[in-house]
Amino acid sequence: MNEQTLINLSLAILLLPIASFVIQIFFGKKVSFLSDKFGTAILFICLAMSLAVMFGKLGIEEPIITSFQWVDFGNVPVLGHLTIDLGFTIDNLSAIMLVVVTLVSSLVHLFSIGYMHGDVRYSRYFAYLSIFTFSMLMIVLTGNFFLMYVGWELVGLSSYLLIGHWYEKKSASNAAMKAFIVNRIGDIGMFTGIMILYYTFHTFGFKEIFEAIGSGNIPMGSEKWLTAAGILVFCGAIGKSAQFPLHVWLPDAMEGPTPVSALIHAATMVAAGVYLVARTFPMMTADALTVIAYIGTITAFISATIAVAQNDIKKVLAYSTVSQLGYMVVGLGVGAYTAGFFHLVTHAMFKAGLFLGSGSVIHAMHHATHHMHDHHTDPQDMRNMGGLKNKMPITFKVFLIYTAAISGIPLFSGFLSKDMILAGTLAFGNTTGHWIIPITMFFIAGLTAFYMCRMLFLTFFGNHADAHRYEHIHESPKVMTIPLLIFATLSFWIFFSFNPLDGASGWLAKAVERPESVVPATSAAIGPHEFEEEMHHEHYVAMGLSLLVAAIGILIAYLTYYKKSISADAVAAKLPGMHKFLYNKWYFDELYGSVVVGGTLAFTRVLRWIDTYIVDGMVNGTATWTKAMVFGYSKNWKEKPVNAKIFLLGGLFVAGVVTAFSFRWLMGVEAGFIHLVWSGLGALCAGLLTFFMFYGGAGGFDKFVVDGLVNGVAYASGFFGILFRKTQTGKVQTYIMLALLGMMIIFFMMK
Amino acid sequence: MEVGLTHFLIVSAILFSLGLFAVITRRNAILVLMGVELILNSANINFIAFAKYGGMKLDGQAAAVFVIILAAAEAAVALAIVLNIYQRFKTVNVDEISAMKE
Repeated sequence: MNEQTLINLSLAILLLPIASFVIQIFFGKKVSFLSDKFGTAILFICLAMSLAVMFGKLGIEEPIITSFQWVDFGNVPVLGHLTIDLGFTIDNLSAIMLVVVTLVSSLVHLFSIGYMHGDVRYSRYFAYLSIFTFSMLMIVLTGNFFLMYVGWELVGLSSYLLIGHWYEKKSASNAAMKAFIVNRIGDIGMFTGIMILYYTFHTFGFKEIFEAIGSGNIPMGSEKWLTAAGILVFCGAIGKSAQFPLHVWLPDAMEGPTPVSALIHAATMVAAGVYLVARTFPMMTADALTVIAYIGTITAFISATIAVAQNDIKKVLAYSTVSQLGYMVVGLGVGAYTAGFFHLVTHAMFKAGLFLGSGSVIHAMHHATHHMHDHHTDPQDMRNMGGLKNKMPITFKVFLIYTAAISGIPLFSGFLSKDMILAGTLAFGNTTGHWIIPITMFFIAGLTAFYMCRMLFLTFFGNHADAHRYEHIHESPKVMTIPLLIFATLSFWIFFSFNPLDGASGWLAKAVERPESVVPATSAAIGPHEFEEEMHHEHYVAMGLSLLVAAIGILIAYLTYYKKSISADAVAAKLPGMHKFLYNKWYFDELYGSVVVGGTLAFTRVLRWIDTYIVDGMVNGTATWTKAMVFGYSKNWKEKPVNAKIFLLGGLFVAGVVTAFSFRWLMGVEAGFIHLVWSGLGALCAGLLTFFMFYGGAGGFDKFVVDGLVNGVAYASGFFGILFRKTQTGKVQTYIMLALLGMMIIFFMMK
Repeated sequence: MEVGLTHFLIVSAILFSLGLFAVITRRNAILVLMGVELILNSANINFIAFAKYGGMKLDGQAAAVFVIILAAAEAAVALAIVLNIYQRFKTVNVDEISAMKE
């Protein structure tokens, strides 16, 4: 398969879902075929093409990069000639990711046909799934930050739409908003990072940026700026991949339909952050990578501990997802690039499966409670489940496989990738001395095994809480179990590596090799070859330790929740503070509520005070002052007659004295009487003027002098008008009389 | 006492003043017309007085006769107008007749 075919195929894969979205959103409601089966069929076509692209690409050594100039801004001041290029990068990373996205998406479509059957907004749900797939594929295929950011926001949007699918429920619409807003915080960081890079390199292309950095051109000429850019870009990943401290949105996002959780909040969108770090890996400095590794560790630790104390089946899975994303991020951060991405792929399979499996359980529970007209029992609470093993055999079996995979049991995919990450952390600890990371990660591996088995035992073993309801629980329809079976099959080791104990020898690990860092040697992390050497050393240590901790985790869960020889309640009662702390998710929501929300409110209150009293005060003060100048104290005159009078008379006196003296001075000492009169007149004028200024203000001059003149003229003409109107009687006799009078006057004057 | 030109002129002036007074003060149109007659006749007296004492022959008398004829014609026309006005407005008060037509 040549490169052009691959590019055309990728383009088709990208554009088919958006076409499907347009058709579904407009016609889905009217044509039942278009509402679900059409979109699903399109996605399966995309999957087939993705597989073709992947196998085609794996046969080609070099990445395929294509781009075209989208806009040319010409010569921009300060920055110089600016253009924006758009285009694709098809390398092994994106080719594999393409298959992961289309595979999970198509199977989730299939599952949704069963799960969402009879939903109020059935066709719209499928349309949203399509637009999500489109945006995710855009992130995967893009070769530049620009389209990456566009896709990034689009997945945020579709995530928002799908979490809020049942928006009549207040908690769902709140969760949607929370997801959107929290993501936006991360996106601001990513945007800033992209802008730093664009400002420096005048291009959005990954390849161009890496080449520029490789040739020694770094932002502001400082390696610290490069680190900052890397961490800022990673902020986007913190938001999307729900890393600490922005992890709070993902558990709430479980308010969306369960297949959405599987597609977006477990397998693909949340993996976009990890994918972004993988894409930008070459430009990450050692410091940036260390920050990434620590963020991942903190995230994995916090969420794993919370998962232990949760009772909602989806909440457990959500925190487990956050924890596993932390694993991937740690993998990338410590430099085990391949392991991190490998875990992304394997995790996508078994976590999507777990979510769909939980969806199957919830579906059954929901129908059973619905059948009994029971609207109080929470169908998602694991304490209400139990014993489902016999009623839902297929779901149980696939769930068992997924649990084994996530717990890191050999022969399953999760073991391969997790083992590689753990080996990577050990190698990182060896080379840099950050031992806290491997220790924490091993602890979490045990914790993961524990809480996953706890969920398995609570849900499928033991006795059901309500015998009557148990009667009504049935296995889900085929359209739902088939995707489960496919994911379960893909959770076995064989699809990733022939050696069940060594993931590094598999095709995927070989295909996705850690790229050479382009950052200056002084700030680069340890090179890929040395690191791999180190990892190889640690491989068996890691494997042994991870098996040990997983076994311990499973054993404790077995004893506690199956054998009941350890009482979970007793342990919780012994550590009440601890249990409460974990059950309430480390109080993150409360913390953010009081610190961020409360802080913002307090800050706005301060701003409002400044606005009211300082800004408005200045404006109003200016207005009052001007008003006083213009309109004078005539108003005060009425309100406070005494003060105003004193003021006025004082002003009058001072003005008069000053004017009199200045006139005296101007005219010299030998002034005669007439000069004294003049100075007296001047003082009077000044006094009157002052009177006007104080009594009437500047407007007083206008009011009394200018208006006075105008009104005076008017009054004068009015007066004479009244006077002369008497003579204008309209009677001839009067006029004759006047003529006579005039005659007589003239006569006497002539005389 | 010898009667001279001055006496005639004084009589004429008195007559003119009375006429003028009548014209100015009377409200009745007929009385106004009578005032006009007085003024005209005061002028006649002047004509004749100047003719007798001014050394002229019959020029003054001729002018006076013209004035009498004109006065007769004027009185005829004026009275006709007054009659018409009276028919139309039912009054001959000059203050109330302020319009050229109803």
